[in-house]
Amino acid sequence: MRAMLLILAQDLRRRSKDSTLLVFAIVLPLGMAFMFDLVIGGSEGPVAARYGAVGASPFPSSPALPPVVPVASEQEARELVERGRLDAVFVTGPGSIHVIGSVDAPIAVQVAREIAESAALPLPGPPPIEIVEDATAATRELDPATHYAAGSAVFFMFFAVLFGFTGLYAERSSGTLARLLAAPVPRASVAAGKLLSGLLAALAGMAVLVGATSLLMGARWGHPAGVAALCVACVLAAMGLSAFVASFARTAEQAATWQSVMATAFGLLGGSFFPVGSWFVQLTPHHWFLRGLADLHGGASPLPSLAVLLGVAALTLPFAARLVRA
Amino acid sequence: MSALLEVVGLRKRYKDIVAVDGLGFAVHEGETYGLLGPNGAGKTTAISMIVGVLDADAGEIRVAGRAPDLATRAMVGYVPQQLALYPDLTARQNLRFFSGMYGMRRAQARTRIAEVLELIGLSDRADHAVATYSGGMSRRLNIGVGLLHRPRLLVMDEPTAGVDPQSRTSILDSVQRLTGEGLAVLYTTHYMEEAERLCDRVGIVDHGRMLTEGTPSELGDPDLESTFLRLTGRALRD
Repeated sequence: MRAMLLILAQDLRRRSKDSTLLVFAIVLPLGMAFMFDLVIGGSEGPVAARYGAVGASPFPSSPALPPVVPVASEQEARELVERGRLDAVFVTGPGSIHVIGSVDAPIAVQVAREIAESAALPLPGPPPIEIVEDATAATRELDPATHYAAGSAVFFMFFAVLFGFTGLYAERSSGTLARLLAAPVPRASVAAGKLLSGLLAALAGMAVLVGATSLLMGARWGHPAGVAALCVACVLAAMGLSAFVASFARTAEQAATWQSVMATAFGLLGGSFFPVGSWFVQLTPHHWFLRGLADLHGGASPLPSLAVLLGVAALTLPFAARLVRA
Repeated sequence: MSALLEVVGLRKRYKDIVAVDGLGFAVHEGETYGLLGPNGAGKTTAISMIVGVLDADAGEIRVAGRAPDLATRAMVGYVPQQLALYPDLTARQNLRFFSGMYGMRRAQARTRIAEVLELIGLSDRADHAVATYSGGMSRRLNIGVGLLHRPRLLVMDEPTAGVDPQSRTSILDSVQRLTGEGLAVLYTTHYMEEAERLCDRVGIVDHGRMLTEGTPSELGDPDLESTFLRLTGRALRD
């Protein structure tokens, strides 16, 4: 135990001096999350169209639909749209309905047009489609800021884990690993010390990212205990998968290349940055991490995601023992 | 004189290559035993199995009459061929870290580290990063780490490779002094004059097998190098 703690402390002290790890664990994921949120997501949340109506509103009354502001006349409607107070106004007359729309809000205007057209073609009989509001489905989705923060964090966490293995290879090539294995210390303690330092470094990076993106981007990660459990499970899965891949490599360079390819492929296919509509997504830890966060966000249990991540870790982590050899 | 290290029928295979093929020898207390052989003869593989870094495929290793375990590892000091040191740490920090691996308490380690630094002539550079050391200084520190926990057997794998004559002389003097204090040494080298000067007995190995064994004077007819070349051939091995 003492030897394991000494190896752990020594590793952490040496890693803290490694600026590359800092860049991969914190600077790059934070930068990527900011960039994606700025370019794609925006931090304001979903677009809210502002509609008005002269006469009867074509919207059915529903809290899921945007409110419609009553407007007195077509003249006033044009003024409100012109001044940017409203995106579109429905003008309903006897036997007709038309839309006055803002050129600055093309999506809101297109939606208004579609609504107006459907209102102009009333179907006989009861409405064929019943609108059912599923609040769970709506909330079990991460907002853009949280999605890009979590996606970037898990994507780069795989690379931070990779640095832990690089340290192990460096010890092997420098001969210090042989010296540790020759000492009166169980091999498992050497392996545990080395792997724990990788685990703690990756978790520290994740913790900083959770805090920074919450404060700076308004990311809402969810209940701290659930987030912590998901982070630990995902880092363990990442370490196990990296060890599994590296255990088949013949050289340190080959292992690092294979691990990088795996981290990149899983990150992109797992939906870290863009949604991926394929069954393959379920083979990646990234998907289960993001899904677990979404479940937390929507008030559902993240246990299925935790179980998958811990299962992957349990199956693959034993391969790390093969790497602790001189 | 009882055998501190006994190696019997040691064997190790890497796929198609038999690195060590039934090697056997013994090192007695206070004795310096030289394991001589050309490159690729299996010396380093044999040493790696003796110190517990590699697992043997077959054969027996006994240290002080016991099968290898954590307790016997504590009796053995290992000086690998490579400079197995952390270059970003100082000599003192390297020694302190490895003293922890051998279970030495803080106060005990502090005293012993000072002694070892004195022995290897690095007291005045103890707090400089190893990365700033010359090859000879690093070699001496490499030996110092192996001596730190006062082992009964010191296993040295080509400890003078690539050092200048001054550092080599210093290292050889240190080894002679230590054996004079009762330490047993298993020593591999390419330099026959080192073996003749240091070793009580030598074993010449090639292709993982022991070819001959005896005192340098028994094998040195007309000299050890001639015997070595006669037994292992003159063909280049690298």
